[in-house]
Amino acid sequence: MLTMPDPDRNVLGRRDEIVAALRAIVPGEGVIDDETGRRPYECDGLTAYRQLPMVVVLPETVEQVCAVLRYCQGAGIRVVPRGAGTSLSGGALPLEDGVLLGLGKFNRILDIDYANRCAVVQPGVTNLAITQAVQQDGFYYAPDPSSQIACTIGGNVAENSGGVHCLKYGLTTNNVLGVQMAMMDGTLIRLGGKHLDAAGYDLLGLTVGSEGLLGVVTEVTVRLLKAPETMRALLIGFPSSAAAGATVGAIIGSGIVPAGIEMMDRPAIHAAEEFVHAGYPLDVEALLIVELDGPAAEVDHLIERVDGLARGQGATEIRVSRTEEERVAFWAGRKNAFPAVGRISPDYYCMDGTIPRARLPEVLDRMNEMSAHYGLRVANVFHAGDGNLHPLILYDANVAGELERAEEFGADILKLCVEVGGVLTGEHGVGVEKRDLMGEMFSEDDLKQQQRVKCAFDPDQLLNPGKVFPRLHRCAELGRVHIHGGQTRFPDLPRF
Amino acid sequence: MTESLSPRSHDDILDAVRWAVAEKAPLEVVAGGTKRGWGKPLRTNHVLDLSALAGIRLYEPEELILQAAAATPLAEVEAALAQSSQQLAFEPPDFGPLFGRPAGRQTLGGALMANLAGPRRIKAGAARDHFLGFVGVSGRGETFKSGGRVMKNVTGYDLCKLMAGSFGTLGVLSEVTVKVLPAGEKTRTVLVCGLDDEPAAAAMAAALNSSHEVSGAAHLPAGIAAQSAVGYVRDPGTSVTAVRVEGPGPSVEHRCAALRTLLGAWGATEELHGRNSAALWSEVRDVSYFAEEPMRAVWRLSAPPAAAAGFLPGLVRDTGADHFADWGGGLVWLSASPDEAAADRIRVAADSCGGHATLVRGPDALRAAVPVFQPQPAPVAALSERLREQFDPNGVLNPGRMG
Repeated sequence: MLTMPDPDRNVLGRRDEIVAALRAIVPGEGVIDDETGRRPYECDGLTAYRQLPMVVVLPETVEQVCAVLRYCQGAGIRVVPRGAGTSLSGGALPLEDGVLLGLGKFNRILDIDYANRCAVVQPGVTNLAITQAVQQDGFYYAPDPSSQIACTIGGNVAENSGGVHCLKYGLTTNNVLGVQMAMMDGTLIRLGGKHLDAAGYDLLGLTVGSEGLLGVVTEVTVRLLKAPETMRALLIGFPSSAAAGATVGAIIGSGIVPAGIEMMDRPAIHAAEEFVHAGYPLDVEALLIVELDGPAAEVDHLIERVDGLARGQGATEIRVSRTEEERVAFWAGRKNAFPAVGRISPDYYCMDGTIPRARLPEVLDRMNEMSAHYGLRVANVFHAGDGNLHPLILYDANVAGELERAEEFGADILKLCVEVGGVLTGEHGVGVEKRDLMGEMFSEDDLKQQQRVKCAFDPDQLLNPGKVFPRLHRCAELGRVHIHGGQTRFPDLPRF
Repeated sequence: MTESLSPRSHDDILDAVRWAVAEKAPLEVVAGGTKRGWGKPLRTNHVLDLSALAGIRLYEPEELILQAAAATPLAEVEAALAQSSQQLAFEPPDFGPLFGRPAGRQTLGGALMANLAGPRRIKAGAARDHFLGFVGVSGRGETFKSGGRVMKNVTGYDLCKLMAGSFGTLGVLSEVTVKVLPAGEKTRTVLVCGLDDEPAAAAMAAALNSSHEVSGAAHLPAGIAAQSAVGYVRDPGTSVTAVRVEGPGPSVEHRCAALRTLLGAWGATEELHGRNSAALWSEVRDVSYFAEEPMRAVWRLSAPPAAAAGFLPGLVRDTGADHFADWGGGLVWLSASPDEAAADRIRVAADSCGGHATLVRGPDALRAAVPVFQPQPAPVAALSERLREQFDPNGVLNPGRMG
């Protein structure tokens, strides 16, 4: 059972006064306090958890963002920032006594600067809109999370979003050059810019992936890349997931870093094929899509090598895209895998762990045992190149107890990921979803040190509290220095 | 008198830091010791020498990861990677000779803590982008870890980014995990001779804005090119602009030819293969050209790549500095007179373009007199100081080194 920080009764009692104060900062329809208007904001992509926010504020200027934060800090009001609300970990789940700060109106591309190969955009611009704004000139923005049509760059910064091409091109954190950010006290700071690397501590690197707990991003400078000349893909079927996994290892071990390597297991292949009729082979246990990009000379050369490596591992079916239409068709099933699974089950729960890839066969076996134990089916899609696993647990929320069983199953999968040397989340974030599992990966001291980072940015812990950390410690308590007893003697170490 | 503590294990580090906290005895943290001259001069009576914490713990080429004790010599790491045709893609420079020390002494942990990056920074990122996880001891005398041994991980704050470039002021690392990548099968470098800074910047931008996946773009003015050990670079007696491509053989040949056509618009081109190409880029990476004059101050100016051509002529005129550019113009190395006037002028140039300048090497007096790292706007400086206090409230780890 998920518990959020206790609502502050005093704040709830001052609701009318708070709404009036916010209206003085953001005029007109930018402050929403009626229930119907607040309803669309009650959850994000993790729809199992819902909470109506106390009030929704949709500022239009950076000054308004700063003024709202300054007011909330002064009045002791919690704030939950939100982009497009596509988080799969509940990162934008509202608080009963909190202001929901929506950045959706910040949707302008401010500067496209090819001389410095970057673009400056507002946080509410969608991921795909950046690429669309520069593709006529042959450029693109590399990270491509599957929600890229809807998710915003501000949310991508908060979650350090990935995508299918991050093996070769990196995550958000490797593709963001700078941000402008409002701190909880209303101070506006700039981290990074159009240059590379930090003058002092890498606060930009710390901010990316901080899940909206450290500041509210009001502007983002992203790296632009020139699009590759050619992209081609191989669709490869295997009689076992072990053979598919071994092929991925062989490809990377031989020095090839493909633009993307995706794997699907049998249930995912069948669901996808029934949905989009991509022509996937149905008599295989695992399917790999390997995409190569670059000059035609390179792509042709590497396709031959990948073909040979896959045959060496016992691939039973290999198709190579000859046209752009064929390449897109190979991807169609994978890109629609989530809705495809949605068609064969009333509900599904998408997990996001990362494992050392060599452990894949064992992890899939254990997952099948769990599936039998919980009586719930599971389909797997896998960013195989970097070990990021997305098991989709199939359940029916209308059957009493199934949601709870799906959540327990999911937690067991994530514990298994940690057990084999992996991590709880590869790209979806901790949010509220994996918050209470953090102890599986981190010691109490690890988590306290992370919370001390939060204290440096937001000492009153008003920004997005209840996310990421299972236990909230007061900053004063975290700040105390513990002098370890018996350490006053000189340590018994070699001395010179 | 300085006393040196030499921990042999993580627990030894823990003991040493706890002792330092209890005794209020600040420590200078060193491993290979190649970059001790980088940062504010320290005044500590105790050195925490991590050299004994060495050795590769785990290397899985197919998983693209390597885990090692923090003070593992970089040479050992690179030799192990070369066995599997892999490399640290951020191409860490060896600044030993720049600081008047032998080459080949630096450690993996040192490269990460200084967030080093070589010419491939523009394509592959810096140390920060390859730093996956660590175990360490905070200035509170507590063990803490972050990250993991997988490439894709968003579990908790990314403290690896914060550690990269923190110069040992936040924690002492005992074990680190990094992402490794295949080394290109083949390398070629296209040269254009005789360009001034401005057309050179335009030529590099054209190469970087092409789809040819350029992995190095540098410009050496005539006086710098004259010092190169590579004949093709030294002998023309002019400036040299160099653009590198790496990858599978057929691809590199294709892209090299395409770049020669593209850059032909700026002048006659030449190409370097294998050994010559490697020699040129290691000179650029290690700033070898400035190692010969140890009394000069060496500055590293990070700027938007297109901005450098605008401020460089004035900066060079006012300071009399020697310079060359890497990262397509985004990184300018300067060798200047070790005085405050030059320092001020360089800082003004960095400020004017929103970039930053670091005094990488300089006499103690200069490093004591001027900020070594670019001063930050007040709110960012205050935030950085609050963060430092959260990790090292007693100021026992390299105190003041980044001040």
